[in-house]
Amino acid sequence: MLAQPMKDESAEIIVNRPEVGLYHLLMLRAPGIAPLVAPGQFVHLRIWPCADALLRRPFSVYRVEGDCLSILYKVVGKGTAALARMPPGEHVAALGPLGHGFSLPCAGGGMPILVAGGYGVAALYLLAERSPVRGILFQGGRRKEDILCEPDFRALGWEVRVATEDGSWGTRGLVTDLLREELRSGGRGAKLYACGPTGMLRAVAQLAEEYGLPAELSLDERMCCGMGVCLTCVVPVRTDTGWEYQRACTEGPVFDARQLLWEVPS
Amino acid sequence: MNLAVQLGPLRLQNPVTVASGTFGYGVEYARLLDLNQLGAVTVKGICLKPVRGNPTPRTAEVASGLLNAIGLQGPGVDGFLRQYWPFLRQLRVPTIINIWGTTIEEYAEVARRFDEVEGVGALELNVSCPNIKEGGAQFGTDCRLLGRVVAACRRVTRLPLITKLSPNVTSIVPYARVAAEEGSDALSIMNSYPALAIDIETRRPRLGNGVGGLTGPCIKPIAVKLVYDAACTVRIPIIGMGGIQNAADAIEFLLAGATAVAVGTANFYAPRTALEVLEGLQAYMHRHGVADVRDLIGRVEMPGKFENGSALGEGSVRGASGLGPSADTRGGNLLGSSMPSGATSG
Repeated sequence: MLAQPMKDESAEIIVNRPEVGLYHLLMLRAPGIAPLVAPGQFVHLRIWPCADALLRRPFSVYRVEGDCLSILYKVVGKGTAALARMPPGEHVAALGPLGHGFSLPCAGGGMPILVAGGYGVAALYLLAERSPVRGILFQGGRRKEDILCEPDFRALGWEVRVATEDGSWGTRGLVTDLLREELRSGGRGAKLYACGPTGMLRAVAQLAEEYGLPAELSLDERMCCGMGVCLTCVVPVRTDTGWEYQRACTEGPVFDARQLLWEVPS
Repeated sequence: MNLAVQLGPLRLQNPVTVASGTFGYGVEYARLLDLNQLGAVTVKGICLKPVRGNPTPRTAEVASGLLNAIGLQGPGVDGFLRQYWPFLRQLRVPTIINIWGTTIEEYAEVARRFDEVEGVGALELNVSCPNIKEGGAQFGTDCRLLGRVVAACRRVTRLPLITKLSPNVTSIVPYARVAAEEGSDALSIMNSYPALAIDIETRRPRLGNGVGGLTGPCIKPIAVKLVYDAACTVRIPIIGMGGIQNAADAIEFLLAGATAVAVGTANFYAPRTALEVLEGLQAYMHRHGVADVRDLIGRVEMPGKFENGSALGEGSVRGASGLGPSADTRGGNLLGSSMPSGATSG
């Protein structure tokens, strides 16, 4: 019954700087949490200077280095705006690691394909780093500024293929169009791992089904407690007897694509 | 320093518990804190059958508060007993089980089921959830129905009964009174306040359910007033709750007349709050030379007289006379040897 360990600790900000556009990199010293993080897991941060933003904000762990962990975030509201103003040396309350992450590809197994939309790529970095098998990262965004970390994945030995909707970087079009081409041409991909906007994830799930490939998808759901209690982040999931709501913070955020219903059955 | 309080027949080693629905079934928080340090663990609302709950989004953050319409998703009595009870029953502190139904008969049936379970600390009747179509709040905003629900549960169980009242009434006084008259051992005040938040871009409610219940720091002064009103009216103990974030908040509730307090929404963003409240309460008592936490209950010094004509000091009188361990003979007699093990430990 007792799930995986987690820690609630005061984490010192080591780095907090704008990367490109609205995206920022935050590195925290979180010695209780960082060593425990598995690929696809997240941390739940309480941003103290924002008094009327009561709730914590969930962020996928991007990288882990010793006692430190990094996240990539985009300023989208008052919480992340307040976070972007916090200088190194200040502390945030960090809860983690949380959630059920990606399963690691097997050594000697088929080639993994990663699919990332926007800053969803952050959730895939640890997987790429720790996977015993290298593969291809398909990365998409609206424009060039949405393509983050591309050199990092190349440095790990992954092939990276990029699509932007406005054609300002890589191929013009959707990342799932690139993926479809690869699958149609009979590529060696054995399993898909994806994180990004819901539309992209649904398209990946559809392609996985079409080509008979397993897929693990990391959902980005609105959360409140992050530890399985409040039942805010539920998604409809297929079961043997029908369907049920499962918690993106606990049973997820990574789900098997075949389980996900996307819409509540009427 | 004495921190122990009585909720009718139920003894708590200290006055700090958690609000139903904000602490899961305890086990989730056991990873972060020692549950045996709490006064009691209060679990999320249980009814007869499993419940799927409302469509998403289910919560929305608002200024200094949280709006929710979860819809009482839960495993039902059997699922609860199978999945969560084995963990809860081995705790040394009592478990308060929040129960609800869509009819009076269902409330009574759930109460009866838990009466058969050994080790339950108390039942908390949820007559005030604003987020389900049937049941819930309708029982909490109709005095006659409320009386019938409490009486029906009282008939089928010897467990301590705590009735959780709705704030959505003109005056809480008649509700507190009828709950006490029909056999409640204690009251929980308050549940969430019905509320609405709108996304102005889409012109749609921010919750999938449309309206929801407001909780968090923004409701605390409302809750403190309701506790005060009820404490002036009834002699049964009250668990005060609504926006407690720290010991100072909790002490306000005690001074207003609450015998115990529950930490709610804060559990979602600061999981150790309940224990911090306990530590802060002890520091406050030390600083003010208060040796017994019961000496804080109802000790607010209000100017003049209450609206219902009660004397200024009644809260304090109640605090001194109505809450000692021997005060509730009914509970002691009724429970006798069937007193749940968790309830007597300290």
